Amino acid sequence: MVDALTWATAVAALLLAAWCGWAAYRDQSTKDWHFIGMGVVTLLALVQLVIGIVQLARGEKPEQGTTIFVAYLLGAFACVPVTAFMSLAERTRWGSVTVAAGGIVLAVLQVRLYDIWGG
Amino acid sequence: MAATDEKPGKRTRLISGPGMLLVWLYGVMVVGAVSRSAVQIATEFDHAPLAYSLSAAAGVVYGFITYSLVRGGERARRAALVCCAAELAGVLTVGTWTLVEPSAFPDATVWSDYGIGYLFIPVLLPLSAVYWLRKARPTGQTP
Repeated sequence: MVDALTWATAVAALLLAAWCGWAAYRDQSTKDWHFIGMGVVTLLALVQLVIGIVQLARGEKPEQGTTIFVAYLLGAFACVPVTAFMSLAERTRWGSVTVAAGGIVLAVLQVRLYDIWGG
Repeated sequence: MAATDEKPGKRTRLISGPGMLLVWLYGVMVVGAVSRSAVQIATEFDHAPLAYSLSAAAGVVYGFITYSLVRGGERARRAALVCCAAELAGVLTVGTWTLVEPSAFPDATVWSDYGIGYLFIPVLLPLSAVYWLRKARPTGQTP
């Protein structure tokens, strides 16, 4: 695992959460700019997924087991896109709150990924 | 309200507004509890059978509540209310149990120490869900 990428993803996820939380606070639904932000965070998670799989393929082993590591990588990748679709279905402030919650969950997953890899 | 319950699209929507956030959080708990217990039961069940079985049971309850919320309608609302009460009782029981008798749990469950490993979401979620589901009841009816 590239530690810098893990932390970058965690920070980006928290920024996204704060941004969407701010939108919710102002009683706004998610806008195009928010979706671009979600795209950036998702891209980071995708790069992380690819790097993680490459490292596994090269024979490196996560400290707490390969299955759990891959499950968390997939979960981290799916996390924000799922909330993005939910906010498309819920065009109120609560859609923004859901994306914010997705960002927080992703940040927690990053901390867990760091532990699982054995950082 | 009961008559409209059978027609799809006319059911009471349970996922509008805050309900959407609840679906997301319950969805996360389903994935967390089910995948965690699946891995643990498959690889090291004998280590802590009680803890892993409880996590699996929690996952099933979460799954049912998520499905009920998404499906909507009066019957789903009532079923979800019952499950949320069961969930709350489960968190409180298992949470107390793990504190009083830690030796029964060589490994943690989703509900250990009132869900401390999951940011206390397991104990906060049923409270907010019950509040939301009671608010969503059809007007002019008691829950």
